[in-house]
Amino acid sequence: MYEPKIIGFLCNWCSYAAADLAGTSRIQYPSNMRAIRVMCSSRVDPEHVLRAFVNGADGVLIAGCHPGDCHYISGNYKTERKYVLLREMLEQFGIDPRRLRLEWCSSAEGGKFAQVVTEMTEELKTLGPIELGAGD
Amino acid sequence: MSKSEPRIGVYVCHCGLNIGAVVDVAAVAQYAQTLPGVVVSRESTYTCSDNGQRSIQEDIENHNLSRVVVASCSPRMHGDTFMKTCETAGLNPYLFEMVNIREQCSWVHTDKEQATEKAKDLVRMAVAKVRLLEPLEKQKSAVNKAALVIGGGVAGIFSALYLANAGIKTYVVEKKPSIGGHMAQLDKTFPTLDCSLCILSPRMADIGKHENIELITYADIENISGYAGNFQVTVKSNPRYVIKENCRLCGVCAEKCPISLPDEFNMGLKKRKAVYIPFPQAVPNYYLIDAGHCLHITKGGCMLCQKNCPNDAIDFEETEAVRELNVGAIIVATGFELYDATQKKEYGYGRYPNVITNMDFERWVSADGPTHGKVVRPSDGAPPQRIGFIQCVGSRDEKEGAVYCSRICCMATVKQATMLREKYPSAEIYVYYTDMRTPGKGFEEFYQRGREHGIVFIRGKPGEIEEDDNHNLLIVSEDTDSGLILRNTLDLVVLACGLRPPEALEELAQKLHLSRSPDGFIMEAHPKLRPAETSISGVFLTGCVQFPKDIPDTVAQSGGAAAMAAALLTKDEIELEPVRAAVDEELCIGCGLCEENCDYGAIEVKKTEEGMKAQVIEVACQGCGVCAASCPQKAVTVRHFTDGQLLAQVTAALEPEVIV
Ligand SMILES: Cc1cc2nc3c(=O)[nH]c(=O)nc-3n(C[C@H](O)[C@H](O)[C@H](O)COP(=O)(O)OP(=O)(O)OC[C@H]3O[C@@H](n4cnc5c(N)ncnc54)[C@H](O)[C@@H]3O)c2cc1C
Ligand code: SF4
Ligand code: SF4
Ligand code: FES
Repeated sequence: MYEPKIIGFLCNWCSYAAADLAGTSRIQYPSNMRAIRVMCSSRVDPEHVLRAFVNGADGVLIAGCHPGDCHYISGNYKTERKYVLLREMLEQFGIDPRRLRLEWCSSAEGGKFAQVVTEMTEELKTLGPIELGAGD
Repeated sequence: MSKSEPRIGVYVCHCGLNIGAVVDVAAVAQYAQTLPGVVVSRESTYTCSDNGQRSIQEDIENHNLSRVVVASCSPRMHGDTFMKTCETAGLNPYLFEMVNIREQCSWVHTDKEQATEKAKDLVRMAVAKVRLLEPLEKQKSAVNKAALVIGGGVAGIFSALYLANAGIKTYVVEKKPSIGGHMAQLDKTFPTLDCSLCILSPRMADIGKHENIELITYADIENISGYAGNFQVTVKSNPRYVIKENCRLCGVCAEKCPISLPDEFNMGLKKRKAVYIPFPQAVPNYYLIDAGHCLHITKGGCMLCQKNCPNDAIDFEETEAVRELNVGAIIVATGFELYDATQKKEYGYGRYPNVITNMDFERWVSADGPTHGKVVRPSDGAPPQRIGFIQCVGSRDEKEGAVYCSRICCMATVKQATMLREKYPSAEIYVYYTDMRTPGKGFEEFYQRGREHGIVFIRGKPGEIEEDDNHNLLIVSEDTDSGLILRNTLDLVVLACGLRPPEALEELAQKLHLSRSPDGFIMEAHPKLRPAETSISGVFLTGCVQFPKDIPDTVAQSGGAAAMAAALLTKDEIELEPVRAAVDEELCIGCGLCEENCDYGAIEVKKTEEGMKAQVIEVACQGCGVCAASCPQKAVTVRHFTDGQLLAQVTAALEPEVIV
């Protein structure tokens, strides 16, 4: 069975903490994501996302604090702006923009984090493996 | 980096069975051994135990390790522990990387094979990153051994006294002309019914005369910059137009002043003049002129106060004063604002004279209040015989924008109903409540005593209040315990208004870079373990600005905040986090995108000999990395999270063959 590979960029303060909380609460979710911890979601550069896809990621998750809650004041708003541009870029490269997700998870939302990874894994399974330059 | 090949030690933890029951730890450790640069790879039962840490330290010495990877729990849990382990053994703590195979692996997956595969991938990603890490030095910065307390309510008063008594120079900045906050307005306090000002005013006086305290009232915080140990705060104090040393409190000025205004301290139930003293026990204890309403200041010409003052205390030449304070720690104690009951239209506050708030009640019942402590119907001055209290006004009410419980209003109502019972033994007293909440020492007992004294508690929140021609109030409510519909005609209704974050809090929070919780109050660093700290190092928290609470809890939290601040201020220097931005001036084209995106003003484009170049203000930088992600030239990076390091993790995750 096809198992999608997901790279997850998680901000230290909210979404990484949410992933930890999913653990302490023993909420199960698929093991497809590999997390990379960044201090703020705004550290994620479009290049990091594109490189992940070029290197064979089937999906990329960027997760940060809810709007207004970014530990660095407004980093996540800037992430959101970049995300909108990135989706357009992906389309130009022929990558289905559904392969990239931006989600907000507070440090109290372990359940939401697990649900996001679960949904994303399911969706990527229906999309199938990424095929660069082949109309994906 | 043409340094020699790194020598990496990898430690994979069983965490008892927490990891070991799901992840094949031995297989992961064996796998790690095959990764480039790894010279030792071990499993251990509890890596964080003394034994586990010692084994890492021995390897650092015996195998001359230059990098360490620990695969165990979350770095948020034990990252600091292992950084210290490395440091103690002489390895720069930033040459360490942690892999989370517990919270984010063994605890969330059941399939052993998949979990083990994931753990191997995560270890490989960490090895890829750790190879590229660079030693970072924590800069030291001298600690300015003074503290600033913002807000002079009971929370601020107690934290300032604790600090000052510990020998720490403390500034207290209060927005209003006097300290005291809401507690100064209360008549008595639950559950013991002590007189509020009797217990507070001696402490207020202490603030005014303490050798280590400098009190700045009637002042606003204009700007705050800096970091733990070294904040610069600009404070602007408004002119009072009265010379403190000369004012003898005779009050002749106020007698002569032609301008009469609602007295805020008495909730507008009394009048004051444009030259006034906020309340008799005010600290500092001297008059001031309300510039917004003074006839001379707004229109010119009056000066009756000045002409009549026997002590030459009036000085219309006074101007605002701006000061710079240098402090090492800040305690935020700006309290709450009472819910604005006029918002709740269905209860008619502001339209029906006999509907009052709980804070109005405190002033009615106070000996200094409008009726010298006699509670009357505002419409006709008659003693009320049928009184109702409505709970949860503006609390636990999503429509009114607050889902939280304000915690003190149930007890405040029991207190007020008990005081009414003493004054009017035959009056009918009803409390309309949703749930009575009395958690606190002596609270439930106090409440039960109220019931015994014939206060009637009705479960059910009235939908609306109607008024008849005689200003009597008609309340229809359902008693949800009995299912009966109750109709009551009352003389007086008291709304138990909830506590809200002060309106100006948003601005202050922004100046301090503090986060707020969804309820609008300031967010603490940890809801259980760090209730008096904020997410910003060096900034502490106490009282209702964190969340509604009563006086005992406020005072306790003030002790906590003061202790945390004192712990910082008694150090000579503190270490600054080195995870910060750095600019490669050769690549920088001076476009300014980084500066535009930085929320801390920590990166600035400046003129240099090579043209316009970005420069990081190290002490202001928080290390978020938005500058690095915005730079079109890749000229800015954030140490410990460089592009190279992040991309190495990405590649290692996806292409095991080409890892490092
Ligand atoms: C009707 C009522 C009855 C109550 N009865 C009781 C009782 O019987 N027993 C009990 O234990 N508790 C009672 N309480 C709760 C009690 O009032 C609070 O616990 C207490 O006042 C909290 O103190 P604080 O210092 O946190 O806030 P506050 O009293 O609100 O003080 C905050 C201070 O900060 C100042 N400030 C605000 N913003 C700024 C700024 N930007 N810069 C500088 N200064 C600023 C304000 O002017 C104020 O002086 C009652 C509350 C109400 C509403
Ligand atoms: S964004 Fe990059 S190029 Fe532009 S000023 Fe900042 S560092 Fe220089
Ligand atoms: S890392 Fe963040 S705080 Fe530091 S200079 Fe860059 S944008 Fe500003
Ligand atoms: S810190 Fe979480 S998004 Fe900025």
